[in-house]
Amino acid sequence: MATTADSFQAHTDDHAHDHADHKPGFFARWFMSTNHKDIGTLYLIFAIFAGIIGGAISGIMRMELAEPGIQYLQWWAEFMGGNADFDTALHMWNVFITAHGLIMVFFMVMPAMIGGFGNWFVPLMIGAPDMAFPRMNNVSFWLTVAGFVSLMFSLFVPGGTGPGAGVGWTVYAPLSTTGSQGPAVDFAIFSLHLAGAGSILGATNFITTIFNMRAPGMTLHKMPLFVWSVLVTAFLLLLALPVLAAAITMLITDRNFGTTFFDPAGGGDPVLYQHLFWFFGHPEVYIMILPGFGMVSQIVATFSRKPIFGYLGMAYAMVAIGVVGFVVWAHHMYTVGLDVNTKMYFTAATMVIAVPTGVKIFSWIATMWGGSIEFKSPMVWALGFIFLFTVGGVTGVYLANGGIDDVVHDTYFVVAHFHYVLSMGAVFSLFAGFYYWFPKMSGRMHSELLAHLHFWGFFIGVNVIFFPQHFLGLNGMPRRYPDYAEAYTYWNEISSVGYHIMAASMLLFFANLVYAFVAGKRAAPNYWGAGATTLEWSLSSPPPFHQFSELPVIEEHHDYHDHIASKDEPATT
Amino acid sequence: MKVLGFNRIITALALAFTLAVSPQAALAQEGLTQDDLVAPVPEPTPAEVLESIDPVEAADVADPDAVAAGSGAYEPMAPTPGKGMPAAAAFDVQDQYSETGQFAQGLHVGLVWIMAIISLFVLGLLVYVVLRFNKRANPVPSKTSHNTLIEVVWTVVPALILLGIAIPSITLLARQYETPPEDAITVKAIGYQWYWGYEYPDNGGFEIISNMLDDEEARARGEPYQLAVDNRMVVPAGVPIRLQVTGADVIHSFAVPSLWFKLDAVPGRLNEKVLRIDEPGVYYGQCSELCGARHAYMPITVEALPMEQYNAWVLAQGGNIAGAEEEGVEADPSLVPEQEPESAVPGAPGAGAAPVDDVTA
Repeated sequence: MATTADSFQAHTDDHAHDHADHKPGFFARWFMSTNHKDIGTLYLIFAIFAGIIGGAISGIMRMELAEPGIQYLQWWAEFMGGNADFDTALHMWNVFITAHGLIMVFFMVMPAMIGGFGNWFVPLMIGAPDMAFPRMNNVSFWLTVAGFVSLMFSLFVPGGTGPGAGVGWTVYAPLSTTGSQGPAVDFAIFSLHLAGAGSILGATNFITTIFNMRAPGMTLHKMPLFVWSVLVTAFLLLLALPVLAAAITMLITDRNFGTTFFDPAGGGDPVLYQHLFWFFGHPEVYIMILPGFGMVSQIVATFSRKPIFGYLGMAYAMVAIGVVGFVVWAHHMYTVGLDVNTKMYFTAATMVIAVPTGVKIFSWIATMWGGSIEFKSPMVWALGFIFLFTVGGVTGVYLANGGIDDVVHDTYFVVAHFHYVLSMGAVFSLFAGFYYWFPKMSGRMHSELLAHLHFWGFFIGVNVIFFPQHFLGLNGMPRRYPDYAEAYTYWNEISSVGYHIMAASMLLFFANLVYAFVAGKRAAPNYWGAGATTLEWSLSSPPPFHQFSELPVIEEHHDYHDHIASKDEPATT
Repeated sequence: MKVLGFNRIITALALAFTLAVSPQAALAQEGLTQDDLVAPVPEPTPAEVLESIDPVEAADVADPDAVAAGSGAYEPMAPTPGKGMPAAAAFDVQDQYSETGQFAQGLHVGLVWIMAIISLFVLGLLVYVVLRFNKRANPVPSKTSHNTLIEVVWTVVPALILLGIAIPSITLLARQYETPPEDAITVKAIGYQWYWGYEYPDNGGFEIISNMLDDEEARARGEPYQLAVDNRMVVPAGVPIRLQVTGADVIHSFAVPSLWFKLDAVPGRLNEKVLRIDEPGVYYGQCSELCGARHAYMPITVEALPMEQYNAWVLAQGGNIAGAEEEGVEADPSLVPEQEPESAVPGAPGAGAAPVDDVTA
């Protein structure tokens, strides 16, 4: 591993273990880090922090929606420093939905999945000492932080009818151009520029790492599925994010320099923005879920003590989802006035995605079939993921129908659908991955009891929040509404009750973290036992500061499942 | 070189920052302060001018037959409870009052069954696997890692199910996009921040401005709060209507769930779809595209009337009956007030101004 001569990497020590674990001082280690594990840790801490803010905002939203009428927004408008007239109060609502969406997508799920687990475990799983571009890795992280700061800053500057950007996470023109005066929207857009640049750098880093730094003998078809998922995700990021960057740069110039890309008065078209946004936006939803697929595959195989069923099908299903994910974007725009043939095409193309997704669901079940399943905390989260993602998937097939969409488009049905795939799909896989690898990362075992209680509380909570929202949407309640007709009261009340259950379960999560660091047992190198067969389990918990000073070799007899077993205990067939 | 690069970055960042908070932006912002948003009292809109004309008087001068057939003075129809509006604690879509809506509802029911069966099937498999293949029930795991036949089956069967869905789904799309007959009455819905305007180009081109009623007034009129408006979009029942939708300032969306209808109001575009309402009634909808602060407070109320009553309403608004020239029926032009240009851009009635003082009440 050729790195530049950093003081802490001097290879002069005779004691191999000592020098591998020689860490730089606090500031150099955490603020100038080039170590993939430390950067992964930073990403995870950042994602948890952003998740607390994004989650708290959803609490404000559920509080306001618990009954019809405007209850708390006026107070929030004053709190955020606006004058408290009625429009400012309503503007606060739009600021909350915008911030919740942007934070959860760009500063919680993506940093946790790709920045956190990707950074930590891609090099470990492929037997690499670090990422290909360690310094650039650090730049990616701090760009993400800068983006978050820019977004937070936007909340306190004027954004039209009140402080903050109230344009929705989609930032549709012309609401985001002529419709929102003041610098708030500029800062929100700049935040996406920064986070996007960080992600593009991260994506190139992952692609280079995975293509060039695999341990000897680890062919692409022997790579763990989590690495496959990050590889596909990195390609999606690399292809999709520049389109977003272009679209939001045009927004900036429309706002500030008199261009009219999206203004019909100057020959532009607001719908063009939507095409560009969703050309990025649809791959984005797969960016958020694919690493989750990868983690669930690892976990299901580990706790069933079986190799993943249909490995090649699983890997290429992800590739297929990635490819098809680029040609279905306009199903987010069924009501903008597309012509009938376009709508028919996007209906058909969108439904095609259900096929590779179905392959994955069935392969996970087939992996468990005949297995010897142990219900440790990561496994129950993975089981929850499989079921809830299926529910989110079938409502996706429902929404794919352009003609049906005329009644549910932009209603709470859509809100319920994408929370089933994200707040239950992506987030369940994040918790599954967290409990799976937390002892590996920290060296301390968490409490299984608390993790199980966290699961049940969260499972019940999110279902109580989001399942009734299907009914609200079918019955016609539009999304992004701070107030609603009396008829929608019943299910909204129940939905808000669910938030409390979910929030209470999150306290258990934080209690578990405290428990692990205060009283948690020290974690063995392979604390999950015989089912855990990828390379990270051959290292200590936590792994040494620099691992694989001697590269592991993947022998002929090792298949995609078993990277550690010696010759006398042959790998599976 | 390194220093130069660093300087460049700093300069670029400083430039970006300056641009973001540039004086132009600040100036532009001053141009639209809170007060400005509320202050300008919209000039009396054509609809308001029209309201000052006694409907009976206006109707008097029109074709006597039309008036005889209709009820004379227009009274807003009382909504039928449960029809054309959401229901408390409801699980399902609203009852449908258009032909394509009923077809779509049939597809919807089929899809809900498919969704339920697939979800329960997966749940069943998971429960079986959990009970049958847990560590205690099955201590020794099998080593199976693939089975080509089953992989082909679970690829092909879902594909066939999707094909089964696609056929009625494509049919539905084709029906929704049928072009209206040439003599269909055109109604143009225009989304403003934050109210709707309805133009009737085939009936003389008058525009109705439609604002949400506040809570008390809605209750007084026996209508659902948040859904009721002062001036409704009145259309004839039982005949195809060419509904055009556009936006004056930002994107809005014209949506009526009980008619299975949703079409975005995009500035600079004229979206068009045919709407046919089976029976007279009052049908409520709401703006369905985020359009700023009062997005939740610009509902849509469609009132479908039998053709004669619709014609009477049109005459009461000072409009004329579509195709009237051939039939020799025409309102006295002197009574029809001058219309604003049909364009919705600045200059259109009250565009950009707050429609009501306050809807908090």
